[in-house]
Amino acid sequence: MPSFKPTRRGLWITSLIAPGLLVMILFVAYPIISALAYAFYDWNGLARGEFVGFKNFSDVLLREPYKSDIQNAFMNNVIVFFSLMVIQNGAAFLLAYALWREFPLARFHRIAVFLPVVLSTVIVGYLWKLFLNPVFGLVNNLLKSIGLTSLAQPWLGQPETALPALILVNAWHWVGFPTLIFLAAMQRIPGEIYDAARMETESEWVKIRKIIWPLVAPAATIVFVLQFIGSFNWFELPYVMEDILGSPYGHSDVLALYFYRLAFGGPSTGVADFGHGSAVAVLVFVFITAFAATMTVFLRRREIEL
Amino acid sequence: MKPFVKTILAAAAFAGLAAPAFSEEISFWGWRTEDVAQYEDFIAMFEKENPDITVKLRMVEAVSYGTILKTALAGEAGPDVMMVRAYGSFEDLASGGYLMPLTDDVVPALKDFPEAALMAETLRSDETVYAIPFASQTMMMLYNKGMFDDMGLAAPKTWDDIDAAAQALQEAGIFPFANGTAAAWQNEVLTFGMGASTMGKGFYEDVMAGEADFTDPRFVDALTRIQNASQYFPDGFVGLDYPSSQQLFASGMAGMFVGGSYEIAAMKSMNPDIEVGVAPAPTVNPDDEGLVAVYYDGGYAGNAASEHKEAVTKFLNFLASQEFGQAFADELSNISPIPGVKFSNPDLQAVADLNQNSIPYMMLVHFRFEQPSGSTLVQENVQKMMAGDETPEEAGKIITDGIATYYEPFQK
Repeated sequence: MPSFKPTRRGLWITSLIAPGLLVMILFVAYPIISALAYAFYDWNGLARGEFVGFKNFSDVLLREPYKSDIQNAFMNNVIVFFSLMVIQNGAAFLLAYALWREFPLARFHRIAVFLPVVLSTVIVGYLWKLFLNPVFGLVNNLLKSIGLTSLAQPWLGQPETALPALILVNAWHWVGFPTLIFLAAMQRIPGEIYDAARMETESEWVKIRKIIWPLVAPAATIVFVLQFIGSFNWFELPYVMEDILGSPYGHSDVLALYFYRLAFGGPSTGVADFGHGSAVAVLVFVFITAFAATMTVFLRRREIEL
Repeated sequence: MKPFVKTILAAAAFAGLAAPAFSEEISFWGWRTEDVAQYEDFIAMFEKENPDITVKLRMVEAVSYGTILKTALAGEAGPDVMMVRAYGSFEDLASGGYLMPLTDDVVPALKDFPEAALMAETLRSDETVYAIPFASQTMMMLYNKGMFDDMGLAAPKTWDDIDAAAQALQEAGIFPFANGTAAAWQNEVLTFGMGASTMGKGFYEDVMAGEADFTDPRFVDALTRIQNASQYFPDGFVGLDYPSSQQLFASGMAGMFVGGSYEIAAMKSMNPDIEVGVAPAPTVNPDDEGLVAVYYDGGYAGNAASEHKEAVTKFLNFLASQEFGQAFADELSNISPIPGVKFSNPDLQAVADLNQNSIPYMMLVHFRFEQPSGSTLVQENVQKMMAGDETPEEAGKIITDGIATYYEPFQK
């Protein structure tokens, strides 16, 4: 029988939950709600102006220059998401498989693969910015030294190579994380199932497709959803490597960068505009929440319970 | 009780009793973390003259200064005196009503300040000055004077001189220019630091009078010449970031650099032996007027809600005095707008001389108040033009159309 009288145990649990809940309300729920409120007002610098209803939202979605900026940023986010799904998660799955099968030096590689994940994004950004520098950079000097001078490029300054370069740097930085999750999932596959499969077929491909992939599906769900959220919140790397305008001329602009620029105004670009900035933040938040939820439901369906 | 402890207690009690009697404390915030020692000296100067006032300095790192200051002011916990930015970023703060209006009665010295300097700290809606401007910056041409002297090259004056110098440097295996366009804001520096003379004062006046926009042939000509100069920029300059440009120039790998007056001190700190020459933007004809582009950096403002109004006013008057301006110029190697200040540093004097013939750094001074700002438009489109993806005419048109969304004279 459930009882609603306060019990010692109930009080004890409440006292444990309360501080955490308070912190969440104060530092997570409250800022989100206030950003929502900001988006409905006109702003004049720091001073809040009139209540304008959905005007800020319709502005950023329908009016120039917001409209094409937000569309451009959104498309870049989409490219980032799909590229990382293929490159970063694809590589992670293969790496996890290689580590799981314990190819030579597996212990060393397990650490090596995960190592970049512990570095701060700012350090990774500056490091790769240096590597990709057109005059002093390691990458171009390496290409020149092996006779591939024609391949040496100003990687971060060209529209065709800027975003791909950032995507590869991100994949280098983060590949260890999905690798670890896939590896843990593979290690959970019961030995007898895998042994039984081995008696049926010699082909590694068939084993991966029919046994391993279906059984790591729950891990894949987590990886894909986190990847989605990460891709649409992508900020640090483009900010560090391509500055606040998403150089060159918007080719590495993403939603988070656009929001930041709009709401706070870059020191060398323009003025703060909390109203439109908050509207972008709210739209991004709603989009991520809705899409991540749908994705979770959809992916959960294909998971196999062991 | 030990005698030592007794002494401490007695001293503390004495200090507690005595302090309020002869000292009023005011707080002073700024973003120049690298100048703390110099500011402590300035404050010591002030405190010596005003023994009844103590100024407590707090410098916050520049990137987060604005956010911290705004939050503090909104929460009524702001400083008594503070550094504020100029133009659009200044209006962000001033329009909230947090700053003390500085009329001629409050700070009499202000009426002798150059008009352009005061404009940087004036709220356009009520035409009131809210801060004492502290420094100007100049966008211009820098060249490695030692290198030019060794090669028998004179300071470049015209675009033809630039061509000749660039070819001589190239033959000597040196990058003619250190500039790169990867950092968006560098493109705005390039546009006005290199294009000011070609645009000319007439163009600036016409834009202000609403008689010309950025599709004007004078502006397009400037962009065309800048685009043409990109042949002398380092290989892969579209991917060259700002610190790398500074390195190239400071290390003597490049001979010229389009940049701001703040670069002189930066270059000297990277390479103390470098001799930096300064020149106005190149002119089309030898007898045209060479111009630089000038803007003001920021100012000192009082808190309208301060409980120490009198002390704040005294301190602000000190910050507007020639005595302070002189110390500021000597100690911090910056151009103070305070009338009568002399520059003992020859580099500074050279920049001050260039400032005699100048136009305002247009996009910051006039078009950085609304979205899309003129700065954003110039930065993006000149970057695109330098990469060869847009013509100077197209860039001029997009810049004009962008500004026209809120600037009436451009709406035709």
